[in-house]
Amino acid sequence: MPHFTKPDEGSWTEHFKLGTGTVSYDDSISPEFYELERAAIFRKTWLNVGRVEQLAKNGSYFTRELDSAGTSVVIVRDMKGEVRAFHNVCRHRGNKLVWNDYPREETSGTCRQFTCKYHGWRYGLEGDLTFVQQESEFFDLDKSDFGLAPVRVELWEGFIFVNLDANAQPLRDYLGRLAAGIEGYPFHKMTQVHKYRAEVGSNWKLFIDAFMEFYHAPVLHAKQATAEESRKLQGYGYEALYYDIDGPHSMVSSWGGMAPPKDINMVKPIERLLRSGLFGVWDAPDIGVDELPLGLNPARSPAWGEDSFLFFPNFMLLIWKPNWYLTYHYWPTSYNTHIFEGTLYFVPPTNAFERLQQELAAVTFREYGLQDCNTLEATQSMLETRVVDSFPLCDQEIALRHLHATARAYVAEHQGRPAGTPVRITAAS
Amino acid sequence: MPILPIAFSNLEPFADWALPAEDDRYAKRLASTMDELQTFYDAAFSHLEAATEHLRTVRLDGISEEDKRLLWLFASLVTVSFPVEVWRQPRVPDSGSSSFDAIIEPAI
Repeated sequence: MPHFTKPDEGSWTEHFKLGTGTVSYDDSISPEFYELERAAIFRKTWLNVGRVEQLAKNGSYFTRELDSAGTSVVIVRDMKGEVRAFHNVCRHRGNKLVWNDYPREETSGTCRQFTCKYHGWRYGLEGDLTFVQQESEFFDLDKSDFGLAPVRVELWEGFIFVNLDANAQPLRDYLGRLAAGIEGYPFHKMTQVHKYRAEVGSNWKLFIDAFMEFYHAPVLHAKQATAEESRKLQGYGYEALYYDIDGPHSMVSSWGGMAPPKDINMVKPIERLLRSGLFGVWDAPDIGVDELPLGLNPARSPAWGEDSFLFFPNFMLLIWKPNWYLTYHYWPTSYNTHIFEGTLYFVPPTNAFERLQQELAAVTFREYGLQDCNTLEATQSMLETRVVDSFPLCDQEIALRHLHATARAYVAEHQGRPAGTPVRITAAS
Repeated sequence: MPILPIAFSNLEPFADWALPAEDDRYAKRLASTMDELQTFYDAAFSHLEAATEHLRTVRLDGISEEDKRLLWLFASLVTVSFPVEVWRQPRVPDSGSSSFDAIIEPAI
């Protein structure tokens, strides 16, 4: 018997008509499929590159290396306060415009103009070419023809997205119903940032798989609970409160009960002392919100603890009951490697004890993340053997099923094939 | 010249754990034996229990150098609590060559 109500069809998977057959991971082990994903997905969809707090004042900028989309972009708040994005390339001879020390590393700062390191060409923050070294040596050069190449940039609730496709639909339309349902959440009050980065030896989708299901949690992370509690959790298993799917995006709503725990002996000594842990600081800060947006805790369950949203392709947003949030980004670097970024956002602490409470939540996340990362490398290596090529997914793994189907559908559309037909790629021999 | 606030002078032998950067605290954990981690944990944990009220009165704006170091030391306790309370070894089990780096952390 399910602990929580499922849809009338008997399962979430059937409710969303995703099919219940086994799933192939062909899409995660092939260089050819990854190249198709770069063209069909990463150069076509809205990619979250940061938050407006990173552009605190006019002239603030940061760069993002978007290997998967085949470019580097610079995002800047111009002198009128407007957020803009450009390909990070000088129009003179193609040098990378904004970088420090290492050309392939990201950077940030504040400036009044961009100056190319190579020949000193200068650009205003609105992208206009303002200065050419020895301009009279050039031939009929009209500076207005050589501004920086713009990239589409739009904001949603303070999150900055770019899109390399000039014909893409507006961001808010793309993000759809799930995003609309959480508009108004006070993200802007949670400005205390802890950010982690890991280079992961797996396809980007496999790490999303790990974070869009909690079926693994009672097993892989068993030791993070006390022994008795861990046995109880494994016996109970995991069931979500609610799943939802809208277009390419999905969400899972999860129970909590650990911030604070029902029984203090369920958690480790440091958690008891600091009143904090993986689910966040138990004493939720005041965020001045009487009622959460309707898209949060969609089952309206009193047991609610956290909602995970996957905005396709690679941006996850986790909103926790004790008034904090977490983002995950998965930036592919090849078919079997990617860079993972996990960023925790808290209301700034008012005293040293609160700072320590947040430290515990952040460090706990790091310990779990390390466990997850290495498991993925183990998965990738065996998928690549192709010894087994079809895998059963359970109802609690619906978001994975949807993610892989979505990636395949984007590639199919890009190739001009009906969704659901096999991708034509050459299997590794 | 004391490193830590006077009330915490018993923790002076562990002042080398007062490291401002999370990755440095993590590296020191990995470079320590379980005996060293347990000894530091036992000393720091009992003081943190007693220090809770004090820490709630310490504002982060204009925090004194002594309180700052005390907070770094307790942040090391947080890092060390995992090997001592959970893993029974300095490393996260099965984490192999994976690394998870702190690239932005709020300065104390």
